[in-house]
Amino acid sequence: MLLAIENLTVEIAEKEVLQDVNLMIGHGETHVLFGKNGSGKTTLLMAIMGFSGCRIIKGKITFKDIDITHLPINERARLGIGMSFQRPPTIRGVKVHDLIRTFNNNGEETIEQIVNSLHFKEFMERDINLGFSGGEIKKSELLQLIVQNPELILLDEPESGVDLENIKIIGRVIKKLLQKNLRRQRFKAGLVITHTGLILNYLEADKGHLMLNGRIICEGNPREMFETIEKRGYEECARCQR
Amino acid sequence: MSTIDEKAETALKKKALYGPDIDLDSFKSDAVHHDYDPDLANFSTGEKKHIAEVGILASHDERTGSFMLKDHSPVHCSVGQDGIELLSMRDALKKYNGLPDYWWKAIEVDTDKYTAQAAVAFHDGFFIRVAPGTKAQYPVQTCLYISGEGIAQNIHNMVIAEEDSELHIITGCTTAPHLKKGLHVGVSEFYIKKGATVTSTMLHNWGEEIVVRPRTTVWVEEGATFMSNYVCMKMAKSVQMFPSVRLMGKNAVARINTVLVATKGSDLDIGGRVSLEAPGAKAEIISRTITTGGSIIARGLLIGQVADVKAHLECSGLILSKEGRIRAIPELDGLVTGVEMSHEAAVGKISQDEIEYLMSRGLSEQEATALIVRGFLNVKLEGLPKELQDEIERVIYETGKSVF
Repeated sequence: MLLAIENLTVEIAEKEVLQDVNLMIGHGETHVLFGKNGSGKTTLLMAIMGFSGCRIIKGKITFKDIDITHLPINERARLGIGMSFQRPPTIRGVKVHDLIRTFNNNGEETIEQIVNSLHFKEFMERDINLGFSGGEIKKSELLQLIVQNPELILLDEPESGVDLENIKIIGRVIKKLLQKNLRRQRFKAGLVITHTGLILNYLEADKGHLMLNGRIICEGNPREMFETIEKRGYEECARCQR
Repeated sequence: MSTIDEKAETALKKKALYGPDIDLDSFKSDAVHHDYDPDLANFSTGEKKHIAEVGILASHDERTGSFMLKDHSPVHCSVGQDGIELLSMRDALKKYNGLPDYWWKAIEVDTDKYTAQAAVAFHDGFFIRVAPGTKAQYPVQTCLYISGEGIAQNIHNMVIAEEDSELHIITGCTTAPHLKKGLHVGVSEFYIKKGATVTSTMLHNWGEEIVVRPRTTVWVEEGATFMSNYVCMKMAKSVQMFPSVRLMGKNAVARINTVLVATKGSDLDIGGRVSLEAPGAKAEIISRTITTGGSIIARGLLIGQVADVKAHLECSGLILSKEGRIRAIPELDGLVTGVEMSHEAAVGKISQDEIEYLMSRGLSEQEATALIVRGFLNVKLEGLPKELQDEIERVIYETGKSVF
């Protein structure tokens, strides 16, 4: 198992946000996390990444058989976990280019090729996330992830605020990031939060999970789950409890 | 005795408005004489390296002129472009019969004990005059260097930019590496005439027990621009300055940028004052300050005297250690309706969100902090030639590395 989350309970500002969450992701698998706003999806991603705001009360997170429950964020990143943020902070005076050049480019493509595939060249000399539109933020996040080249990719609503044309670009890049072009040798895994079906077309997700009030209450075929949610809402999807 | 000296005598004990009071008698008024050298390249390797850290190049490439004052002796003065005059202040006073139209015109000699001392115990300084329409190809560099232990250096500089001229000055102020104690008093008068542009970039690199009291006044005429960049990132016991800019003509522009790092034991009280006195005048004061244990007061004052002027003031400070202190004191003074002035001030720590965001990309906490700090100090110095911008970025990068 690449990632194993067992009985995870997490507090934010002394309020319980996740309760007894269990989740297993194997090599090469893409999982989708559905759920209402405020159900705890982003918190789960932040807890996996190790953000200090998420206090782990109970449970365990294992990545590549290493207990990472209390590891610092950067060590988790070095082990191979990477995250695309929904609303990343602005870092004034630091250009995207300044950050990218601190990374070791582990991927197959040169940074220039990646930048071109995302149509992102003009933003390389801009301050990180300063005045970026929704779509520009997502591209900047994906660019960083591609260069970082993690094995487990956490994507928090990669399509929010992105126009239809750019969804195509972003979708293709995510597909590549998750090695969807490979069948047998695929080892990269993903955990993706989404509210729309748009990105599902590119993800070829293996499994869906539904979160409600800080718990994962059911799992299943992601497309079927999405259709149920779209037609009948989250509560109805939760009721089936397969 | 001249009237200037008489007036100065009355103010010899007058405390300054800001900053700790300094006992001027605890510094030596005499210094050994240093010989003139026609070539900066002849300076010792150590000295050359040291002055390079404040932007002074020993090679004359990419510099229109060079001036160096060591203690009280002008040791070098050369210029390589027609229309640009660079002299020691003493020589200029001789040549122009005491410069009656300019000498002590922009600043009152009895402002405080420091201006008074600069008058009664005047050592030397630099004088730059740019002829009408002349544009300096490269910056003129001036270096004010203290090498004698415990001495006072009383300087008076003057810059006259005639109509439609353009000048960049890099002033590097520093002390010999071994030096402990010293006092630098520096009066500077800038006269920027119609349509002229002057950029003054000051890089300071002081020692542990050095006291610094610059007194700068700038007069800016119609359509003229004054830009000041002040960078001080090394230890100094006490620096207090509050340069004053008067935008006297229509559409005159001033920009004052300050980048400061106060290490433990440093006491920096630094600001800028711009008085907007004609329609269309514009001003911007930006300061970025960091303390790693020292004390900083970041002042800013905008005075809107007439309608149809626009100005903005921004003070941001980061406190990176338990002992440091930053006081941001932005002040707006509007005297009439029709002025448009604003300010923002923020003092705090680096946001945890930013650090953790960078850590999620694999940077250690320390690396993330250093990157954010460099970004914070990286003020966009608009209108600066690339060469100068690179110079400042290099200084920020180098000193940033040693502080963090």
